[in-house]
Amino acid sequence: MATAKSAKFDIKAYRGFKAITLLCLFVLYAPLIVVTIYSFNASASLTNWEGVSFRWYVDVFTGPESGKFKTAALNSFIIAIAAATMATTLATLAATGMVRGGKFKLRSASFGLISLPLMVPEIVTAVATLIFFNAIGFDRGIMTILLAHTAFCVPFAYLPIAARMQGIEDSYEQAAMDLYANKRQAFTKILMPLMMPGIISGFILAFIVSLDDFIITNFVKGAGVETLPTAIFGSVKQGIKPNIMAISTMLLGLSVVMVTISYFVSKADNTK
Amino acid sequence: MVEETSATGWETQLSKNEQIAIDVRDAVKRYGDFTALKTISLSIKDNEFFTLLGPSGCGKTTLLRMIAGFEDVTEGGIFLYGDEIENLPPYQRPVNTVFQNYALFPHMTILDNVAFGLEMRGANKSDARKKAGEMLELVQLSQFSARKPSQLSGGQQQRVALARALAPQPKVLLLDEPLSALDLKLRKAMQLELKHLQRETGITFIFVTHDQEEALTMSDRIAVMSAGELQQLGSPNDIYERPRNMFVADFIGETNLLEVSVDKVENGRAICHLGGGHELTCNAVDEVGVGSKVHLSIRPERLFMSEEPAEGESLKAKVRENIFVGTDITTILDLADGPEFIVRTSNSDRGNKRIFEPGTDMYVNMEVGAARLLVD
Repeated sequence: MATAKSAKFDIKAYRGFKAITLLCLFVLYAPLIVVTIYSFNASASLTNWEGVSFRWYVDVFTGPESGKFKTAALNSFIIAIAAATMATTLATLAATGMVRGGKFKLRSASFGLISLPLMVPEIVTAVATLIFFNAIGFDRGIMTILLAHTAFCVPFAYLPIAARMQGIEDSYEQAAMDLYANKRQAFTKILMPLMMPGIISGFILAFIVSLDDFIITNFVKGAGVETLPTAIFGSVKQGIKPNIMAISTMLLGLSVVMVTISYFVSKADNTK
Repeated sequence: MVEETSATGWETQLSKNEQIAIDVRDAVKRYGDFTALKTISLSIKDNEFFTLLGPSGCGKTTLLRMIAGFEDVTEGGIFLYGDEIENLPPYQRPVNTVFQNYALFPHMTILDNVAFGLEMRGANKSDARKKAGEMLELVQLSQFSARKPSQLSGGQQQRVALARALAPQPKVLLLDEPLSALDLKLRKAMQLELKHLQRETGITFIFVTHDQEEALTMSDRIAVMSAGELQQLGSPNDIYERPRNMFVADFIGETNLLEVSVDKVENGRAICHLGGGHELTCNAVDEVGVGSKVHLSIRPERLFMSEEPAEGESLKAKVRENIFVGTDITTILDLADGPEFIVRTSNSDRGNKRIFEPGTDMYVNMEVGAARLLVD
C-alpha cells in the first residue's frame, strides 16, 4: 500500500498519528467539556454529579451575584461593540492605505507596526497602557478600558480586512472611475461593498477579543468598574461556584456563534 | 525618423473636413528609468475603428490607459476633439473602457452594472435603468438583467461590459484586449459584432490587441507598435501589403524574410541578390540604395509554382515538403545554394495552380510587385 501510493505524501500513514491527534484534541477541549457539563449540575458541588438542572443558569440571572454580573456584562458589551466599531473603522482605513496606497516608503515597516501588537506579550501592553494613562493624567474608568481595547483590537480587525482587500482587483475601482464615479463614490459604491465580508469578519474578531480580554482591562479599569472577565475573576477569588461555570459556558457559546458567523461571512465571496 | 515618415504618411491620408477624435502629441511615458512609450504622436479620426497592435510590452496598453486617464502622461499632450485632457481624472473624461477582464461589479446585477455610468453622470435611477435596459437589448441580453455577473458566460459578460461602457454614450470607446479570454469561435463572432456596433453607434473605437488577424479583420486603421515606438500606421491593406520594416513584415501575417543585397536601382526597380546566384527584381524603396544589405519580404500566397519559368520573376527550386493545413497547402522549397521559400497555395486554386511532389525540380514565380524591400 505505502509503496503503491509512495508518490503521494500521506500523513495518516505515520504510526501514532491517530493517538497524537486524539491527545491534542483532548488537551484542547477536555476542560471546556467538563465546565460545560458541570454547569448543568444540580448540586452545588464542583465534582459530584447529581443530575441535570438549569439551576445555576437561573442563579446567574437572579442569584445574589446577579446584579454584579449584569452590570459587568453590560459594560463588557458596550465596550466590545464600541471598541470593535472604532477598531474596524481604523483598520479599514489602514487597509485601504496599505493595499491601495501603491508603493510607498516603509510599507513593510508599516505592516509590521500594525501587526506587532499581536506578538507583544499582553502584560507588556497592559503595563505600558497603564503607565501612559497615568502619565497624561487620564482618570481610569470605562473610557480608559474603551481606548485600550480599541488600540489592541486594531490588528485583529486589520488582518481579515487587508486579506480581503488584497483579493479585490484594482480594475473594479478603475471601472467605477471610468464610469464617472469620483474617488469617494468609487470607494463607497464599489470598494466598500466588496470589502464587506472582510469588514464584518474583522469586526467580529475584534468584538470577541475585546469581550474576553482580562489582563489589559484589569490594569486600566478604574476602581469599581468591572467587565465580565474581571467580575468572574473577582468572584472566583472567593471560591469557585457552579454559577461561574454557567457564565463561562454562555460566553463559550457566544464565541462559537460569533466565530462561526465570521467564518461563513468571510467565505461568502461576493466577487465571484 | 520612424515617427516622421509614418506621420507624413497619415497626414496626407487625412482630408480637411475630417475631425480628429483623439490627438496624441509627442506623448512620452516613463516609469523611473524605464521608458514605456518613446515620443508617440498619432491622430485617431472621428468615427473610426482604430487598433493599437503589438506584442506584449510594446506600450499599446499603456497608451490606452493614458487616454483613459489611469496613467499619467510624463511628457506631451492628449487631446479629445480639440480639448486637452491629459490632466483630467478618468471620471471627467467622456471616454469609457471595456476592460480585459471586464471588471463587472460582482455585487451588482447586470442592469445595475449597465446603469452605473448613467447614474454617476447624474441621471436619476429610473431613467438610468430604462436606458440600461435599452443597451442590454442592443447586445441581446435583456433576459439576464436581474442576474449577477458570475451567472453569465464569458461571452455574455463581454457583451455586458460593452453595454456598460457604451451606455453613457462616450465620445470614444477604449477596448483593452476584450476578446482575448474568449474561445476562437466566439471571438470570431464578437469581432463582427463589435465592428457592426461601431458602425451603428458611430462612436470612435480604439481597440488594443496583440492578435494581428483580429486587427486586420476589424480595423479601419492600425498602428503597429513595438518597444514603445510606433512602427507603422495605415490601413490593414497598407500594413499587410506594404510593411515598412522588418518588424511589421514579420509581425503581421506569415512571410518569407530574405536577406538580400541591392545590386542596382533603375527606373524604380531594384535588382536584389539572394545568394547562390539567384536574382530578383522588385520595386525600389527610397530609403534603400545600391549596395545596401537589407531584407526582402514576400508573402507566401503571392508565390506560385510551375514546371517552366513563368512571366515575371522566376527562380529555380526543389520541393522539400508539402503540408496540408485545411484551407491551404503549404509547400517548403529550397533554392539551389540559396534560401528556402514557403509557398501557400489555396486549396480552391489546386485546379489552376500546381502542387509538386517532394524532390521535384520546378520554378517558383511571383509578380515584380510581390516582393517588398524593408527598412531594418
